[in-house]
Amino acid sequence: METKLIIAGHGGQGIVLMGMVLAHAGMAEGKEVTFFPSYGPSMRGGTANCSVIISSEEIATPVISTPDILIAMNEPSFREFESRVTEKGGIFINRSLVAGSPTRDDVELFEVEATRMAGDLGNLRVANMVMLGALAGATGIVTLPTLVRSIEAVLPQRRRGLLDLNIKALKKGNETISRSFSLSPERVDHGRKKRVTGV
Amino acid sequence: MERVLMKGNEAVGEAAILSGCRYYFGYPITPQNELTAYMARRMPEVGGTFIQAESEIAAINMVYGASAAGERAMTSSSGPGISLKQEGISYLAGAELPCVYVNVMRGGPGLGNIAPAQSDYFQATRGGGHGDYRVIVLAPDSVQEMADLTMLGFYLADKYRNPAMILADALVGQMLEPMELRGPDFPELPPKSWAVGQMNGREQNLITSLFLGGDTLERHNLDLQRKYDSIQKDEVRWEGLLLDDADIAIVAYGMSARVARGAVIQGRARGLKIGLFRPITLWPFPSIMISRLVERVRCILVVEMSLGQMVEDVRLAVNGRCEVHLYARTGGGIPTCEEVLKRVERLL
Amino acid sequence: MGRVFRRPESFRDVRTEYCPGCGHGIIQRVIAEVVDEMGIRTRTIGLSPVGCAVYLDQYFNFDMVQPAHGRTPAVATGLKRVLPDHIIIGYEGDGGLTAIGIAEVIHAANRGENITMIFVNNAVYGMTGGQMAPTTLIGQKTTTTPMGRDSKRDGYPIRLCELLATVDGTAYLARTTVSSPRNVRKTKKAIRKAIEVQMEGLGFSMVEVLSPCPTNWGLTPVEAMKWIEEEMMTYFPLAELKSPNGRKP
Repeated sequence: METKLIIAGHGGQGIVLMGMVLAHAGMAEGKEVTFFPSYGPSMRGGTANCSVIISSEEIATPVISTPDILIAMNEPSFREFESRVTEKGGIFINRSLVAGSPTRDDVELFEVEATRMAGDLGNLRVANMVMLGALAGATGIVTLPTLVRSIEAVLPQRRRGLLDLNIKALKKGNETISRSFSLSPERVDHGRKKRVTGV
Repeated sequence: MERVLMKGNEAVGEAAILSGCRYYFGYPITPQNELTAYMARRMPEVGGTFIQAESEIAAINMVYGASAAGERAMTSSSGPGISLKQEGISYLAGAELPCVYVNVMRGGPGLGNIAPAQSDYFQATRGGGHGDYRVIVLAPDSVQEMADLTMLGFYLADKYRNPAMILADALVGQMLEPMELRGPDFPELPPKSWAVGQMNGREQNLITSLFLGGDTLERHNLDLQRKYDSIQKDEVRWEGLLLDDADIAIVAYGMSARVARGAVIQGRARGLKIGLFRPITLWPFPSIMISRLVERVRCILVVEMSLGQMVEDVRLAVNGRCEVHLYARTGGGIPTCEEVLKRVERLL
Repeated sequence: MGRVFRRPESFRDVRTEYCPGCGHGIIQRVIAEVVDEMGIRTRTIGLSPVGCAVYLDQYFNFDMVQPAHGRTPAVATGLKRVLPDHIIIGYEGDGGLTAIGIAEVIHAANRGENITMIFVNNAVYGMTGGQMAPTTLIGQKTTTTPMGRDSKRDGYPIRLCELLATVDGTAYLARTTVSSPRNVRKTKKAIRKAIEVQMEGLGFSMVEVLSPCPTNWGLTPVEAMKWIEEEMMTYFPLAELKSPNGRKP
């Protein structure tokens, strides 16, 4: 089973941190993971996105053309990536910053008031962790306790003071989810195959 | 062993430190900046030296100096910067100085772009600089291999007194993957009695690539060639996947091989008889193994992120005995498993 | 009676390949004398230039490294960082230091690398046959300025010492010449002081030596010495431009 996610938003929303915490959690649960960031000439303010793959088998390429799940933290990223989501895939939108709705009906939509809930917690910047908590609650790709351990491992030293707030945000997002969602199982299973190595 | 989540560029840096490299000289260029930043942070922690040089030219020449003094030294860059380093690399090869240098390839020619590419294959495997020389070229396809091949690179560089290159691309440089940080495990090498410094009691040591008189350069180059011959004999590395009954072999290296692996597994699930041959050393190139493939497969498909560079080496190895096709992307285009499979189906 | 003149141990007993009246041999002997007198031969590493002195390793009797043209300060940086207790002496001409390698020397100086550069300024590319150098004087004829150097087309002679004097990492800068026995002695003192500055870890040191090239100047050796004093020194004045304690050489 392999899940491909694109996480997108604007610079400063903690998109890369989201991806890294998710990938770390996947690894901690014994899965194969890849994380690939968008990298470019602009440092702040532009769009930011990253690709995360979590799989029970070896992963071929870290680049995702058709994500199973899109997490759109703002309107432009939602518009940019919506059409690429695979049929019967899932879209998680940050309803606080995304006004529009999907133009297609073959995807499962999850609306999370991530930025508003982060504001309720006292810091808009933890909207990313609210969303990650929601993702875990809805999909079970990784569990909440693992995410909590992973944010502890991944959060940069200079942000340690915000650790508790980040954990609270993960939990709050997790609690808002009342239904579950699983990706269609008939997709190709990447079996581990025998390899020979020559020296 | 515990797995850690590491970025490819940083895995190279940590592997260099595990290999005993304490001298790193860099210059900023995307997409390898994380390696330079990593070394800036880590080198002081391990008592090493980090210098941000004024240019890629200066950086490779600092490597030349540190290596001449007998220490393991390293630099890294991307295509445009590697072009500038070629002068120094030619001198290192001529003077038989070991070093490891890293190219995290981006799109070219010229300033090109900063997206993943494999278009520096010719530059890497044909020497790149002036003169009759070879460098060892190692092509990692995962974060784990970024580390493992860096350690191998330091070992082979010292063993043969020759520059070794890590030819990565922006994908494997930028991505994070779980990996194991295992230290190097290689046989011990003799002390570097050729290095300058600590002269006490011995005659002059000279590090030079200058051989002006009579036939001295021809003799020197023939000595180098004997060394290259033994590297070609002993250091070829490759990996095969599902080749035994394959009708079509895909030949790909680096991240293109990861894409091809996905295509092979998906194709097998659909009953297509395809396999993957992945060169790990691009020089020495696994020509003999590829030439043996011809006895088994109907044709070969090369997948690369350049408009046909490695395919030339494959064609040389095959020597006209089977068809060699190319699926190429360029300028930052990354092949997908689906595209590769589509191409395979057209060949079957 | 004791012997008063002998070949320095740091200078090998071989014939140099220089033209009659060339300054290289004088400057190299002076370096060898200083290295002997300071007792540092076995921990000195020299860097040969690209140019007429490319065979420097055959003359100096200590460890030698041959860098690419102009890259000497960068290679010296790598050597010194590995061997901080060794004395690193780079030797380069005007082409290497003021043209192709000007970035390397400015930045090595700016980092305050504890290395010593001997800058042989003969206002011309010697080995390649007498082309214009950045230090070629206005009006000076070379194979690439057959009508004489024209500032409108070729720019002006570069004064490297003055340029480096503005760089904070430099600790010792002097311009000397070998046009007379007295000036040779001053050159020797300057080189000794530059090496002392390096050994004290005070920063980058360089001695620029105005040196004759009779062959490419089309002059006799005696005329060449006179040309240094009458022409070169008016544009490149002899001076100790920077010194840690202001002592004159």
